[in-house]
Amino acid sequence: MMASSYNAKEEDGPNSGASNNGGAGVVKSKKPDNTAFKQQRLPAWQPILTAGTVLPAFFVIGLIFIPIGIGLFVSSNNIKEFEIDYTGVDLNNPCYNCAKNFSWNSTTPCLCSVPFTLEQPFESNVFMYYGLSNFYQNHRRYVKSRDDSQLNGDQSALKNPSKECEPYRTSEGQPIAPCGAIANSLFNDTLELYYIDSNGTKNTIPLVKKGIAWWTDKHVKFRNPGGNNNLTVAFQGTSKPVNWRKPVYELDPSDPENNGFINEDFIVWMRTAALPTFRKLYRIIQKKSSTTPTLPSGKYILDITYNYPVLSFDGRKRMILSTISWMGGKNPFLGIAYITVGSICFFLGVVLLIIHHKYDTRNNSPDIPN
Amino acid sequence: MLRRRLNRLLGGDERRVDSRTIYVGHRSSSTSEVFIPPKFCDNRIVSSKYTVWNFLPKNLFEQFRRIANFYFLIIFLVQVIVDTPTSPVTSGLPLFFVITVTAIKQGYEDWLRHKADNEVNKYLVTVLEQGRKIRKESEKIKVGDVVEVEEDETFPCDLILLQSSRDDDTCFVTTASLDGESNHKTHYTVPDMEKDLESLNATIECEQPQPDLYKFVGRMHIYKNEQETAVRSLGPENLLLKGATLKNTQKICGVAVYTGMETKMALNYQGKSQKRSAVEKSINAFLLVYLCILVSKALVCTTLKYVWQSKPGQDEPWYNEKTQKEKDTNLYLKMFTDFLSFMVLFNFIIPVSMYVTVEMQKFLGSFFITWDKDFFDPEIKEGALVNTSDLNEELGQVEYVFTDKTGTLTQNNMEFIECCIDGFQYKYRDANSELDGFCVTDGPVNKVQQKAGREREELFLRALCLCHTVQVKESTQQSQGDGLIDQVDGFGVDGEVPHPPQEQRGFIASSPDEVALVKGAMRYGFTFLGLESKTMKILTRNNDVEMYELLHVLNFDPVRRRMSVIVRSKSGDTLLFCKGADSSIFPRVRQEEVERIRMNVERNATEGYRTLCVAYKYLSAEEYAQADAGLREARLALQDREEKLITVYNQVETGMSLIGATAVEDRLQEEAAETMEALQGAGIKVWVLTGDKMETAKSTCYACRLFQRNTELLELTVRTLEDGGKKREKRLKDLLHEYHKKAVQDAPPVKAGVTRTWSSATQDYGFIIDGATLSMVLNSSSESNSSCNKNLFLEICQNCASVLCCRMAPLQKAQIVKMVKNSKGSPITLSIGDGANDVSMILEAHVGIGIKGKEGRQAVRNSDYAIPKLKHLKKLLLAHGHLYYVRIAHLVQYFFYKNLCFILPQFLYQFFCGYSQQPLYDAAYLTMYNICFTSMPILAYSLLEQHICMEVLLDNSTLYREIAKNAMLRWGPFLYWTLLGVFHGLLFFFGVRYLFSNPALQDNGQVFGNWSYGTIVFTVLVFTVTLKLALDTRHWTWINHFVIWGSLAFYMFFSFFWGGIIWPFLKQQRLYFVFANMLSSVSAWLVIILLILLSLLPEILLVVFRKPRGPHTRQMKHRLPSSGTSTIFMLSQTASSHSFSWSD
Repeated sequence: MMASSYNAKEEDGPNSGASNNGGAGVVKSKKPDNTAFKQQRLPAWQPILTAGTVLPAFFVIGLIFIPIGIGLFVSSNNIKEFEIDYTGVDLNNPCYNCAKNFSWNSTTPCLCSVPFTLEQPFESNVFMYYGLSNFYQNHRRYVKSRDDSQLNGDQSALKNPSKECEPYRTSEGQPIAPCGAIANSLFNDTLELYYIDSNGTKNTIPLVKKGIAWWTDKHVKFRNPGGNNNLTVAFQGTSKPVNWRKPVYELDPSDPENNGFINEDFIVWMRTAALPTFRKLYRIIQKKSSTTPTLPSGKYILDITYNYPVLSFDGRKRMILSTISWMGGKNPFLGIAYITVGSICFFLGVVLLIIHHKYDTRNNSPDIPN
Repeated sequence: MLRRRLNRLLGGDERRVDSRTIYVGHRSSSTSEVFIPPKFCDNRIVSSKYTVWNFLPKNLFEQFRRIANFYFLIIFLVQVIVDTPTSPVTSGLPLFFVITVTAIKQGYEDWLRHKADNEVNKYLVTVLEQGRKIRKESEKIKVGDVVEVEEDETFPCDLILLQSSRDDDTCFVTTASLDGESNHKTHYTVPDMEKDLESLNATIECEQPQPDLYKFVGRMHIYKNEQETAVRSLGPENLLLKGATLKNTQKICGVAVYTGMETKMALNYQGKSQKRSAVEKSINAFLLVYLCILVSKALVCTTLKYVWQSKPGQDEPWYNEKTQKEKDTNLYLKMFTDFLSFMVLFNFIIPVSMYVTVEMQKFLGSFFITWDKDFFDPEIKEGALVNTSDLNEELGQVEYVFTDKTGTLTQNNMEFIECCIDGFQYKYRDANSELDGFCVTDGPVNKVQQKAGREREELFLRALCLCHTVQVKESTQQSQGDGLIDQVDGFGVDGEVPHPPQEQRGFIASSPDEVALVKGAMRYGFTFLGLESKTMKILTRNNDVEMYELLHVLNFDPVRRRMSVIVRSKSGDTLLFCKGADSSIFPRVRQEEVERIRMNVERNATEGYRTLCVAYKYLSAEEYAQADAGLREARLALQDREEKLITVYNQVETGMSLIGATAVEDRLQEEAAETMEALQGAGIKVWVLTGDKMETAKSTCYACRLFQRNTELLELTVRTLEDGGKKREKRLKDLLHEYHKKAVQDAPPVKAGVTRTWSSATQDYGFIIDGATLSMVLNSSSESNSSCNKNLFLEICQNCASVLCCRMAPLQKAQIVKMVKNSKGSPITLSIGDGANDVSMILEAHVGIGIKGKEGRQAVRNSDYAIPKLKHLKKLLLAHGHLYYVRIAHLVQYFFYKNLCFILPQFLYQFFCGYSQQPLYDAAYLTMYNICFTSMPILAYSLLEQHICMEVLLDNSTLYREIAKNAMLRWGPFLYWTLLGVFHGLLFFFGVRYLFSNPALQDNGQVFGNWSYGTIVFTVLVFTVTLKLALDTRHWTWINHFVIWGSLAFYMFFSFFWGGIIWPFLKQQRLYFVFANMLSSVSAWLVIILLILLSLLPEILLVVFRKPRGPHTRQMKHRLPSSGTSTIFMLSQTASSHSFSWSD
C-alpha cells in the first residue's frame, strides 16, 4: 500500500521543467548524511550465544529452579485437603433422595446430612469450597449473559438490562435484577459444618462469609443501586431471577454490607470459572488459637440444604475443605514442573560442560568479529 | 478515463481513423467544406487520481481490491451480521487503522499531484489568435492553437514547430525531464514555412497519440491559395514535446497537435507494471496454508460442537438456556453461522498487521539504500535511487546477473587511441610531440614509419569530422554553467588550439564515441567548428576553413549499426561518409580493401578497443538525385516510415570504399573485476549481453575476470558455424550437442550449496554466442527443433560460469532474460545497464538496475534501483540485498509464528468451553496484540538487524549462497517455525491448564476465573514471543533495546491501566483488576516464568548446538592485484594470456 505509490516523486515531472529555471545553476549536493543511523552503523551489542556463555546460565537456572520446585512441592504436600461429593448419584448417598426428587416448584427445602471423618487435623485458616463438575460456566452464551453496569448500580441498566441477558432479561414484564444466565444460576445450596466431639454432641463450626470475594469486586465493581440502605425500595419495579427463591435484596438480610449486588456469595459466583470443573470459595473457617487446630481430626457432619440440581446435565457437586499456603491451594503441578525443568537445565548444563571440554574450546571463540 | 471515453463518444468519427487532422489556427482549409471543429481533449494534465468528491469511494474501492483487505472486510462484516464471539471492533479497528493510514498517505500524495497539476495547468502561455497575442492559462490550449514559447520555458503541449527566432529555422531543446538526456537537441521548423503565421492556412495530418517519444509521423498541407497546395513531411525533428525546455532560442511558434493527456509525456507517465518479489509469493503460499489451518480449525470445532451437543443435557442445560430466536433458527443455518463464528474467532491467525508491517519495512528500509554514502558518487554528485521499494529483498536472491558492457562494465569514457588508414597504423603519441605532421606511427609491431598517402589521410580525417551528429557547445552557455559538465568534454586540453576564443567550447553528442572521434580528428589537426544552417565548417591542418553543405543525415540505429552523412563540398562534389561497425561496413565496401583493414580491426578488438570503420563514396549527380528523392519520399510516408527509410538507407550505403578504421578505448569501470569476482563468489552467474563485437566483449570479460585463464570457451558464433562446412542448422545442432556433452553431461554433479572454490580442479566453462546464432537457436525453422535447441542451449548456459552474448539487439537481450527467467526453478534475474538499449532487459528482469551513466537517463527511469557505478552493485547485492532478505524472511516467519501461538490456545480452549466460541483473551488483548504489543520489536528488527555485519558480508561473498533459492522462506524453515508456534501454543495453554486444576491461586484462598486464565496465557505469550525475537536479534542497537523492553513495559502498563478503571463505554468489565490480582499471586508469577523459560529453552539449545559459522572467515581470501587504476595493464595481460585458449 505504501510502496505502490512510492515513486510519486517521478510524476512531478510536468512542473520540474517549468520551475527549474533553465536547468541552470543549482547543483545542490545530494550527498547522504554521514550519520550512524543512516549508514546502519549504530553502535550495537552483538551477543553470541555459545556453549561457553550459556553453560553457567543453565547451572544457575537449575540451581534456582530445583529448590523452588522442592519448596513448592513440599508446601503443596503440606496442604491438607478434604473433598466430598454430595451430589447423590448412588443409592447409599444421603442426598440421593434430594437429588432424585428435586423439583423447582417445591416450597420446602430438601435437607440432607453427609457424615465424614477427617484423619488429620487442619491447622490455621481452613477454606471451604464448593466444587461443580461438568458445569460450563465458561460457555460463551453463559459468560456474556450479564450486565456489568446493572451490577455496578446503574439505575438505567437496572430498569433496562442489556440485551446480552436474554433470555433472562425480563420476567412477567419486569426487568430482572440481576439479569442474565450467570446470576440466574446462582449456586444456592447452603452448607453447614458440625464437629461431632467424643461424647457425640454436634458443635457448630462458625463459617465466615466475608473475605471470599476480590476486594475490588466487592467495593468497586459491584454496587447496589442507590446505596446499601433500603434495598427493597431500590429494587422496586424489578423482578427476581426466575430460578431464585428470594429476591436479590434478601440474599443476606442480616448484614446490609453483604446484601443485594454486593453479596459476596453472589460476587464469587459472578466471576465465571475458567474450566467446566471448578471450585469456588464458599466460607472461611478462621483459626481459633495457636494451640488447638482449626479442625481437629474426628467426625464431622455436613448439613446441606439441597437446592441446586446438577444431575440433569450430569454434573457433580463437591464440598472441599482446604488449607492454603503462600502459593494458594493444593496443586503439585507447579512443584513437579519446577523440579523437572530445573533438573533438565542442570542435566543440559552437564552435557554442555562435557561437550565444551571434550571438543576443544577454540571452536567456541566467536568467529564473527564484532 | 471517463473523459476519454466521453471524447470517444462525442468525436467518434475522428477517433476511428488512425490519423488526426488539425487545422492550424482553426482556419478551415476551404470555405466549401463544412468546417466541423474536431473534438480533442483539452490541455489539462490530470496526473491526480482523485477529486474531493470521488476520493472516498474510489480510494476505498481501490484499497478493497487488495485481496487481504477484502478478506478482513469480509471478516468484519461477518462479525457485524452474525452473532460472533468477538466484537466487530476487534477486527474493525485494525482494518480501519490500516485503511485510514493508507488513505491519508494516498490522499496526501494525490494532493501533491493536484498541486503539481495546477502549477502546470494554470501556467500562463501566449497564444496567437487572429493576429493578437493572448495570455492564456495552459489548460485552455486547444489542438490547433498557435502557441508562442520563449527561451527557457517548457512547452505546454506537443507542438509542431512553425517558426523560430533563429535564422537557420532551428531551435534547441533539452528533454531532461522527459528522458533525462540533458544535451541540446536540434529541432527544425517545417520546411519552407511562410513567415506570416496569420495568413497561414494549413492542415496537419498526423498519427493518433502514441507514447513513443522518438517517433512521430505527420504531413502538413499548406494552402497557399485556392489551387496550390504544398505538402511537407513532419517527423520527430519537427515535434516539440511537452515537458521539454526551449534553449538557446529566443522564441518559437508552434501549433498544438497533442494536448493534455494525449501528449507523449502524459502517455509515458502511465504506470509501469508492478513487479512482485519472490518473498511476496512465499507469503501468499504461507497465507494459503494458514487459511487452510484456519478453515480446518473452524470445521473441527463446528463438527465437535454438534457431536458434543448431541449428548443429553449438554446443549441447553437449565442454567444456560437459549433465546427464543436461537431456538427457532434452522439447524443448518446455525451450523453455518457457527462455522463463521469460529472463523472469526480464529481469524487473527492471518494477521492484518503483517501487511502493514511488511509495507512499512519495505518503505522505510529502502531509505537505507538512498542514504548509503558508499553509493554516493562525487563525480555526478548523486547517490543511489530507489524507484520501487517492493524488491529490496529480491536483491538478496539474485541468481543471474545480466550486464551490459558499454557504460556498465566499462566507463563509456571514450578515448581515441589509434586509427588505421589503408592498413597503416597511426597511433597518437601523447602531448605535443608532432605539431606539424600528425602521421606518427608507433610501436615495433608495425611497419615502421610507413604512411598512407596524404590525400587518404586527409580524406579520412574529413570523414571523421563530418560523419557525426556532434554539436559544438557555444561558449555563451558555458558561462551559465548549467550543470551539463559531464556531457561536455573540454576542448582545449592540449593547449594547442588555434583559436583561443574556442577554448571554452565543448562537444555535445548523444554517444561518447562520436566525441572521441571528433576529438581524435582534432588532435590530428582537423577541427570541427560547428554546424550552422546546414553547413558544416571544418578547420583543416592548414588553418583553412572548409565548408560543407549537410544534405542528409542517415541516422544511426542499433540494427543497422552505422550512420552516414551526405555532404556537398565547396567544389560541388557530393560525398557520402559512412561509419559503423565492421560487420555492417565490410559487406558494403569493395572487398579488395577489406583485408588490409580487417587485420587491424581485429587486433584492436582483441586489445579491448571499440572499433569503427569509415567508408566513403562519391555520389554522382544522378545518384544523389535518386537518393534524395528516395529519402524525401520515405520521410513523407505516413505508414511504415521507419522501414521505408531503412530500405532507402541500405540502397544508398552500397559500393562504398573503405578508408580506414578507428580504435577507441573504453576503460573498465572502477573495481569492475572485483565486483564481478565477488558476484561469482556469491554464486551468481554473470551474463554479459552486449551489442559490441565479440572480440572486444571477450577481452572485456577477461579483464573483468569473468573468464579466467583456465576457462574453456565454448563458442557458438557465426564463425564457428561456418567452420564445419556443413549446413548451418545441422552444424548448430552438432555443436550444441557437443557442448552439452562437455558442459552438462560430463560435469561432475554439483551438490546444491557446495561452494565452488577458486582453486577447484573442475573445469570452468565460458559460453559465447552472438546475436545471429541466438536468433537461429531461438527461432529455428521447425518447431520441435527449436525447443530442443533452446533447451540444450539453456542447459549449457546454466552450467557455464559465465556467458557472453555479443552482437545483441536490445530486444534479444530481453529475450535472453525472459528465457532464463522462465527456465526451470524460475531463477531470480537482475539486469543492469545504463543505456536506452538496456531498457527492455531492465524491464524484463526481476530486478532492473540502472546505472546513472552517460547515455541519458532512460535506463535509470525504467529501473527499480539506480546506482552511480557498477562497483556499487556489490554492496547493493551482498550487503543490502542479503540483509533485506534475512530481515524480511524473518519478519514473515515470525509473524506467522507469533499469530499461530497466539491463536492456538484459543483453539484449544474451545475443547474446554463446550465449543461455544468463547474467546480466551479479552477483546482488548485480541485487538492490541498485533497492533501494539508485538509489532514494534519486529519492525525494528526488520529494519536494523545485521546478523552478520556489513563488512563481513562484503568480504565473504560466499555468505550470499546461504540464502540463495529463498532459503529462509522454503517449506523447511516454515515448518520449523510452525512447529515452534504449535509447541509454544500447546505449552502456554496446557501449562496454565494444569495450574488451573486448582483455581485457588491466591494466598487468601480466593479463586481465579476464566479471564485470569486468559490473561496469564496472554502474558506468557507476549513475553515469550518478544523474548524469542530478542534471542534472534544479533544486532542490538539502542532502538532494539528501546522497542523490545518498551513493548513489554507498555504491555504491563496497558494491562494495569485497562484493568484499573471501570470503563464507562464497555458493556462488560471483564478485566477489572484481573491483571493486578494475577500479579498478586505467587503461583501465577511462577508459572509465567516457568513457561517462558521452557518455551525458549529449545531455541537456546538450538543456537548453542548449531554449527558455528567457522568456515567463512577461514576461507582463503582470493584477492586481485588491486586494480581499478591499472586496467591498461590488465587488458594487455589478458590479451596475451587468453590467446592460447582462444587458438584451440
